[in-house]
Amino acid sequence: MQERVYHSYPDLLLDAEGEDLADLRTEEMLINMGPQHPSTHGVLRLVLRTDGELVLEAVPHIGYLHRCAEKIGENLAPYQFIPITDRLDYLAAMNNNYAFSMAVEQLCGIEVPERGRYVRVIMSELNRIASHLVSFGSYALDLGAFTPFLYGFREREYILDLFESACGARLTYSYITIGGPALDLPEGFLENLQQFLDYFEPKIDEYNQLLSYNHIFVRRTAGVGVISPEDAIAWGLTGPCLRGSGVRWDLRKCMPYDIYDRFEFEIPVGVPGGSDGIPRAVVVGDSWCRYFVRIAEMKQSARILRQCLEQIPDGPVRAKVPRVLKLPSKEVYFEAENPRGQLGFLVVGDGSPIPRRVKIRGPSFCNLSIASQICRNVLVADIAAIIGSIDVVMGEVDR
Amino acid sequence: MSTPDSCDRRVFQAEDRATRAVRGFTLLGAIFVLVCAILAFGATRVSGVAGLLAGLLAAGAGGLAGASLLIALAVRFREPLGRLLARVAFPIFMVAVVATVFFAWVPALLYEEVDRLAGSVSTASGEPRQMPLGVAEIRSYLLGSCGVGSAWVATLVASLLWLLQFGLVRDLITVTGIVVFVSLVAMFGIWWERKVAGRIQSRLGPMRVGGWHGWAQSLADGLKLLQKEDIFLSGADRPLFYLAPYVAFVPALSLFSVLPFSAAWVCRDLEIGLIFILALLALGVLGVLLAGWSSNNKWSLLGSMREACQMISYEIPLGFSLLVPVMSVGSLRLTTLGEVQANGFTSWVAFASPFTLAAAVIFFIGTLASCKRAPFDLPEAESELVAGYHTEYSGFRWALFFFAEYAEMFAVGALATILFFGAWYSPLPAAWGAAWERGPIWQRALHGILFSGPLWLIGKSLFFVYLQMWLRWTLPRVRLDQVMFACVQVLLPLALMVLAGNSFWQLWVLPQSGLARLANLVCAVLGALVLVAMLAIIVYARVNRRRLVGSLVVEHLPGA
Repeated sequence: MQERVYHSYPDLLLDAEGEDLADLRTEEMLINMGPQHPSTHGVLRLVLRTDGELVLEAVPHIGYLHRCAEKIGENLAPYQFIPITDRLDYLAAMNNNYAFSMAVEQLCGIEVPERGRYVRVIMSELNRIASHLVSFGSYALDLGAFTPFLYGFREREYILDLFESACGARLTYSYITIGGPALDLPEGFLENLQQFLDYFEPKIDEYNQLLSYNHIFVRRTAGVGVISPEDAIAWGLTGPCLRGSGVRWDLRKCMPYDIYDRFEFEIPVGVPGGSDGIPRAVVVGDSWCRYFVRIAEMKQSARILRQCLEQIPDGPVRAKVPRVLKLPSKEVYFEAENPRGQLGFLVVGDGSPIPRRVKIRGPSFCNLSIASQICRNVLVADIAAIIGSIDVVMGEVDR
Repeated sequence: MSTPDSCDRRVFQAEDRATRAVRGFTLLGAIFVLVCAILAFGATRVSGVAGLLAGLLAAGAGGLAGASLLIALAVRFREPLGRLLARVAFPIFMVAVVATVFFAWVPALLYEEVDRLAGSVSTASGEPRQMPLGVAEIRSYLLGSCGVGSAWVATLVASLLWLLQFGLVRDLITVTGIVVFVSLVAMFGIWWERKVAGRIQSRLGPMRVGGWHGWAQSLADGLKLLQKEDIFLSGADRPLFYLAPYVAFVPALSLFSVLPFSAAWVCRDLEIGLIFILALLALGVLGVLLAGWSSNNKWSLLGSMREACQMISYEIPLGFSLLVPVMSVGSLRLTTLGEVQANGFTSWVAFASPFTLAAAVIFFIGTLASCKRAPFDLPEAESELVAGYHTEYSGFRWALFFFAEYAEMFAVGALATILFFGAWYSPLPAAWGAAWERGPIWQRALHGILFSGPLWLIGKSLFFVYLQMWLRWTLPRVRLDQVMFACVQVLLPLALMVLAGNSFWQLWVLPQSGLARLANLVCAVLGALVLVAMLAIIVYARVNRRRLVGSLVVEHLPGA
């Protein structure tokens, strides 16, 4: 008896007596999806075992973007490692800088001035919006809708303009370093930010009208790639993937770091369909929930940013940090809530300026681990929908 | 610092090549002039066949000499010439487009004239005359009754008119017109699609090539594709791989041979025109299948299998929805189907009864699927199947698939117009313009523009093409099982119901009864409301575009 692989289509190849109709079985085909493929978001390679349009199994192969980030971290001073952290999750470089700086500051006991802390929060929340915009746009692209992609990038452009005015870079900022941001905010930044928020918040409703509640979009994503809350926790998912499964867990709220306890915001989670304008077909933990959590998070980030604008004090932004920072002989593990989940840095010092060990916990890597579990017995088109909803950045998966 | 870099050297070499070309062509021209002179001199001295031959050769040499000298001049003055072309190319292009639109009118007028001529000649001589007439007969007629003064003008015109008597010549002219028209439609369609996409996405679309809104973008792309390497895969099935683009393109082109642009404007007015078009639409899938299979690429194969199953399923509701107007009108001939809608907006087949309106909607959805347009563009689903069946194609073979797609888009738009939406007639009642139909030439032209004519058909078809584009840039793509579900469980029962309903309607509701008139009125008002709503949306969006797009966009994108 052959192994039965049609879990979700059990009666498909069985006759009335439950005998396996081996004659009807068609030949299986191995398809290589990636590392060059439009919907694998970089260099993810999936080997699909398919039967016609049905994908029986998808095995992710990673490592095409491996750049020895951790090893580099063990050979550079923390200052010098900041530009490398830019290149982990290159869509959220500010957040990466932030997490690593926080880890080193905790190790060395550096206190950042108030204004510096606000600047860091502003930058990381702006970058969260930018990152979710890319995720929103490219997810629409995965599902064949071209226009939201351009809209997402149009709005992201203004955020990049803001970043550029602050630090001169548009992708790899290295703006937040150990002891606070490298420079103070330029003149007019906060006014521009206010203007951007006024422009941006109505746009989110436009996205919902255009894509989120679109019937075809809901039919493509609702009930596809469902992750139960237990599974999500067991596989170590974090970020929107975890919250999409209905688990109310956000480090900014549950274990507030820095000044996040001063802001009022909610943790959006996936909720079952039928209530609150959510389409009926939606199941908690499906691709639509993961997608919609990101949309809702953009609103919350905008809320945090507005509170930052009200609260931000004047004063210095950087702490006094020695040029050569001697790392004490202890270890610190710090996790921050990045757009894609919890980015953790383990930094071990040994009294020298160069850390003994730098370990990176990339959220994309952990989130991707469940892909082969949920890409089973789905259609080829669903692969794009599932991988897109997990929203991995390969720079962070491979490091 | 004085060493020229590679770029300078290339420019330098190009200059050198141009100088050499000018010199070469001038020399060639001089040689031809010499040859021409010698031959002409010989021709005056020798009589008979040899003299004629020498004269002909001299004329040929003279022509070649002129061509060489012209080329030399063009190369010599290529820069001012290029500047001039850049300035006048767009008007020339537009004139060419308009000329193509009017292309078939001129032969149609001439054919009419020739046929009338044949009739008058035969009646004048009092005995039945067989076509074709001889050149001499036409010439004498022209000199006699038409009052053409010059003898050699009469000879020239007579020989040209003589040619036009033959069906083969007429067909050749028509086929040339169709090929040019299809190419223009495809190129215009691609450019237009990019502009529409750009505007929907708050971009500008192509803006550079040709000056005015990048109108020459498709031309430039076509030239680029022509130059590209024709990549052949070692693992592919060579004959099929080479054949597939043509198998996809030729049916799309052949569609136009039976498509009437107006009652008099049709290459072949077949009794079974509708079935012929359906057959050709279905044949297009063969090219896609061949492309997918012969590429030896798994993604291509998946794409072509999707196309096959999608196309074959949607043929059925498509066919049923086409049966509805056929049943109402009682003919498969496309011109007959069109001519019943002559009497203005309310006479359009789509508004005859609720069933025909439903059939029009089903037909439109079916054509989306059969043209592989979004949201049914699964065969070339970029994010799933790379590029589907044409993943492995490059250069002009790849372009042929696109030509086929845009030609088909226009063809199904035209089909929808002919069957449901008033064919080549304007929404104005025909009675208003009846007096102009037989008037002098300018009244007839005005009638052609205002009441019935190819321009109306082309305009309405382009509207349907625009609808397809609009949907494509707004909607996400559906999944294969949903495509099948929509076809088999929704569209097919609906089409059957519409067909049955229309049968009963035809049986029981008399054409002039109160119920029929009421249904007609309601449907027509519904259609008019939809149109007005569309126009209102366009006007609203145009007026409020700055507010709708948001303050920051306008500041950043001055042209948006």
